[in-house]
Amino acid sequence: MTNKAAKWYWGIPLWILAIAFLAPFAWMLSTALKQDVDAYRIPMQWIPDPVQWDNLKTVLTGETSVLPAFGRSVFVAVLRVAGELFTATMAGYAFARISFKGRDKLFLLYLATAIIPAQLLLVPRFIYFQKLGLYDTLWALILPGMFTVLGTFLMRQFFVSQPAEFAEAARMDGANEWQIFSRIYLPLASPVMSALGILAFVWSWNDYETPLVLISSPENYTLPLSLTNFVDEQGQIAPGLTMAASVVSIVPVLLVFVILQRRFIAAMTHTGIK
Amino acid sequence: MTTATVAAAPAVRAERAPGIKPRGWIGFLFIAPNLLGVLAFTLIPLVSVIALAFTDWNLVSGVGGITFTGLDNFVAIARDPGFWNAVGLTLLYVGVSVPLTVVLGLALGIALNRPLPGRSILRAIFFLPYIVNVVAIGMTWLMLMNPKAGLVNQVLEVFGIQPGWFASSNWALPALIVMAVWGGVGYCSLIYLSALQDAPKQLYEAADIDGAGAWAKFRTITWPSLLPTTVFLLVTLIIGASQGFGLIALITSGGPGDSTTTISYYMYQTGFQFYRFGYASAIGLVTFAGVLALTLLTWRAQRGRALND
Repeated sequence: MTNKAAKWYWGIPLWILAIAFLAPFAWMLSTALKQDVDAYRIPMQWIPDPVQWDNLKTVLTGETSVLPAFGRSVFVAVLRVAGELFTATMAGYAFARISFKGRDKLFLLYLATAIIPAQLLLVPRFIYFQKLGLYDTLWALILPGMFTVLGTFLMRQFFVSQPAEFAEAARMDGANEWQIFSRIYLPLASPVMSALGILAFVWSWNDYETPLVLISSPENYTLPLSLTNFVDEQGQIAPGLTMAASVVSIVPVLLVFVILQRRFIAAMTHTGIK
Repeated sequence: MTTATVAAAPAVRAERAPGIKPRGWIGFLFIAPNLLGVLAFTLIPLVSVIALAFTDWNLVSGVGGITFTGLDNFVAIARDPGFWNAVGLTLLYVGVSVPLTVVLGLALGIALNRPLPGRSILRAIFFLPYIVNVVAIGMTWLMLMNPKAGLVNQVLEVFGIQPGWFASSNWALPALIVMAVWGGVGYCSLIYLSALQDAPKQLYEAADIDGAGAWAKFRTITWPSLLPTTVFLLVTLIIGASQGFGLIALITSGGPGDSTTTISYYMYQTGFQFYRFGYASAIGLVTFAGVLALTLLTWRAQRGRALND
């Protein structure tokens, strides 16, 4: 078998599998653009006829528009990402590059808390946020996301792999610690920071469990919660509207994914293994 | 990464010559913003959840109503049939979905490691479910698995089976497993893919010279070199699958009956629908201990294997 033939020998079954794998997304898109009466038609109608743009229009501009929720999700994600990058970069740098008393013990404590699942902390967070008046506000979602152990750990692992000689040379030249950090090491960290930023954005954007517990009024719903707007009290789902809203909710992460695919995958795989 | 840590540590220590002392508090200043946040939003809640587990407290009784009850919650858990039902369902869910995801992810990773037409697009396609929010995915599958008119059952008609999926107490958990495998396989394949690219190429060349077959090469070279990755994936997926409740809260609310009330959903229900904070905290702690034990067992099993090899 030639190389080219071998390529297709494996390629064809994998492409068939991939298309089957994509079916739920194709169904989502197709249903978003069709009339509800056609949603469950047998046999399945993949290409909507007629194409129903009204679903998207209703979802974006109608009475139950998801746009305000979209805006809240953007607000939450931006603050979380900015906050996490800021605090994690500084802390990770110090854990790696500035020695002080008790540093390594503190880092061990950090590592130990990294294995605590967020779900375990929901009960006390629920109670405290109620006492502090932060329950049912976006801050209940933003604040915990700004200070993460995992982000700090990632940044520390990066800074630890950078040569210490840069700092020594700069100290000889009279640079202070802040200058060494911000002018020498921070610029080197931009690939890791963008990886962490992508991860933090996707986590924040897709988070459903935290707002499910900590947000109660529809006027504070973030996007994932608002996708349930189109389910009536009997649990009947309006297929066209729900799928149109779902499509809208996917677009931002999909854009980030398509534009930054290489970096995105590197972020996912590296945080995993190392 | 570990080697980097070890290598860098002496360099940092060596710098602690006289006159460097002021850097002590500077380092702390760098960490302070993150540390204060972690203290407020992780450590204090963690200590609280441990303390709450030894109390009887619900929303109605208010802060004044907290009573210390010692080990009562844990005794009650041991006798709670709802809890044990949830443990069984969770073990079933984790025990089926996690190995299935890892095995299929491995196969897919190996396949995607070959030269293929449009390989990077293929990789992206399989990864896609991983980046989409659980509500969009859940709503889509809920309609796809509609027992009467859903696409899944239209396809299955060819084989003469018509599962009731989320409407049936026998099929609701399998439906969640199907979704979990579909959602996790692409992630696993990507992790495997990056490990495969680090696989020792000389060994494969040596094996080729010895005339080893594909299976022999997989068994003696590929699989051992992927073992750490496999353990990593098992651990992450076990933790993920046993802690998540979002999809269940969205689609089944633990039903029909209690056929999908996994342990994490049981805790969610106890805490945020019945507002029994003390009992929910105790369930959370017990679950965490159980998952931790399972994780350590997986870890030990791998270490044992590595020593034997």
